Amino acid sequence: MSYAIETHNLRKAFDDNVAVRGLTLQVAHGEVFGFLGPNGAGKTTSLKMFLGLVKPTAGSATLLGAPLGDRATRGRIGFLPEHFRFHDWLTAQEFLTLHGQLYRMDAARLRRRTAELLELVGLTPFRDKQLRTFSKGMLQRIGLAQALLNDPALVFLDEPTSGLDPVGRRLVRDIIHDLRSKGTTVFLNSHLLSEVEVTCDRVAFIKHGEVLRVSELNALAGGTTGVTIRAHGLTPQVVAGLVQWGRDARLDGDQVTLTVADEAALPAITRYLVAQNVDVYGIAGQRLSLEDMFIQIVGTDGGL
Amino acid sequence: MATLVIARLTFKEAVRRRIMLAAFILGLAFLALYGTGFYFALRDITPVAPGSAALGALYRSGLASGLTIMGLYAVNFLAIVMAALITADTLAGEIGSGTIQAVVSKPLLRAEIVLGKWLGFAGLLALYLLLMAGGVMAIAYALVQYAVPNVLVGLILIYLEALLIMTVTLACSSTLSTLATGGGVFGLFGIAFIGGWVEQFGALIKSQTAINIGIISSLIMPSEALWHRASYAMTPALAQALGVNMTGPFITTSVPSPLMVVYGVVYLLAALGLAIRKFGARDL
Repeated sequence: MSYAIETHNLRKAFDDNVAVRGLTLQVAHGEVFGFLGPNGAGKTTSLKMFLGLVKPTAGSATLLGAPLGDRATRGRIGFLPEHFRFHDWLTAQEFLTLHGQLYRMDAARLRRRTAELLELVGLTPFRDKQLRTFSKGMLQRIGLAQALLNDPALVFLDEPTSGLDPVGRRLVRDIIHDLRSKGTTVFLNSHLLSEVEVTCDRVAFIKHGEVLRVSELNALAGGTTGVTIRAHGLTPQVVAGLVQWGRDARLDGDQVTLTVADEAALPAITRYLVAQNVDVYGIAGQRLSLEDMFIQIVGTDGGL
Repeated sequence: MATLVIARLTFKEAVRRRIMLAAFILGLAFLALYGTGFYFALRDITPVAPGSAALGALYRSGLASGLTIMGLYAVNFLAIVMAALITADTLAGEIGSGTIQAVVSKPLLRAEIVLGKWLGFAGLLALYLLLMAGGVMAIAYALVQYAVPNVLVGLILIYLEALLIMTVTLACSSTLSTLATGGGVFGLFGIAFIGGWVEQFGALIKSQTAINIGIISSLIMPSEALWHRASYAMTPALAQALGVNMTGPFITTSVPSPLMVVYGVVYLLAALGLAIRKFGARDL
């Protein structure tokens, strides 16, 4: 199977500071993929490696089937950088024209796309204004338009909603939704878990430049549940036996917490505990939000 | 293709950020001042040997050529400063701000970005030099019908010097910060400048050591040697023979060899190669 993005042990060290330790990841074509992790986890560095801005120290990766750095492939990719700064003495129209020319688009197509995209991001009335007069949100919108100029097959968005108000966020969500329906692969770096929750098909949790876990968000919505059990007579052996239904089981006095993939495991767990002569006082399942999962997987130390 | 897009962008930036306008207005102010000074210097001149019309004419033409070379020297210096100032921030600044990221991730070679910027700045400097050097020569011609000899050779040499400084600045800007770039380039220029003048005075007082110091400094940075070669070409043979007494320190007495011009071109190409290499390899 071919992937839109496939990396194998991708590593980046700046002198003795390891930014990305060994990233192994597959993103399928047409997927909206979220890349989550605490600050300094190596998300932006990973993205920069994909885009040829930063050279990997080791490892390999392919984008749309071609090795990193392939120029023709970069013509099929869109990119909205984090903390985007553009040539702010250009007007919105000139800015899009410049980037279209750098994509080697022909003049007629470029004119058509520029008009379409200005309309899409709601900046048509401002097309002859210089970017230095734009607000942060407007810059983010024009940056997004820039990333979509060439009808890319793969789009990288680094914190696309960080400067936006709720209306702008809704716009970005709608654009990502449209991209998905057109079969475009979207790779999204974001801190805003609520955004990721509603837009992404799958997410990877990374920390110290390594993938800790990849989860499907649909499965998440349908299943993953945190279970809290209150009982007497719990022994470490009994708790260890819980791994057959879930993970991260932790014993704390008369209480056990664990995560299961499906609520349907609860009756089986109850039967198991009773069979082990444990007195069960209560068992409760609570569906995990992405934020709960993030904290659980990445930890509360923020990767520091 | 992308090279031309970047070159146009570089040009547009100079226009939009009013760099062109500032250079143009101050350039005109410079020419106005220069023309006024030139006019009064020639009007108020007292011939050394009153009564001798031939000697008076000679004196006037010597003064005209001296004043012209002086004007061109100022233009040459301004062009160098301009070259360093407009180039110092171009790569370092765009790398620092992240502007470069959306550009580099497009389907183009990083070398095309460097070459495009180089072409854009080369165009800007050509315009600036044409205005300033053309203005100085036009003033000399209008006031005393003095025509500078070897205009083309002289202008090409001055242009080459400006290009050299611009290219070295670009190379520094590909790895160093803007301020370090500025400091480095002016440091090199300082070495070339003082070495060049040590060489000129060395030639006057027949000190081989001083001449050698000049040659070594020209090898470190050949910019000033290019100027001395240009000034030699653009000084009439007669004024050359009369020497420094009449026209001040702007006469070139120790003429850099044509090999120094070749060296300057090689130096420029090496700096351009370094800029491309360094910018191509670095993490952004």
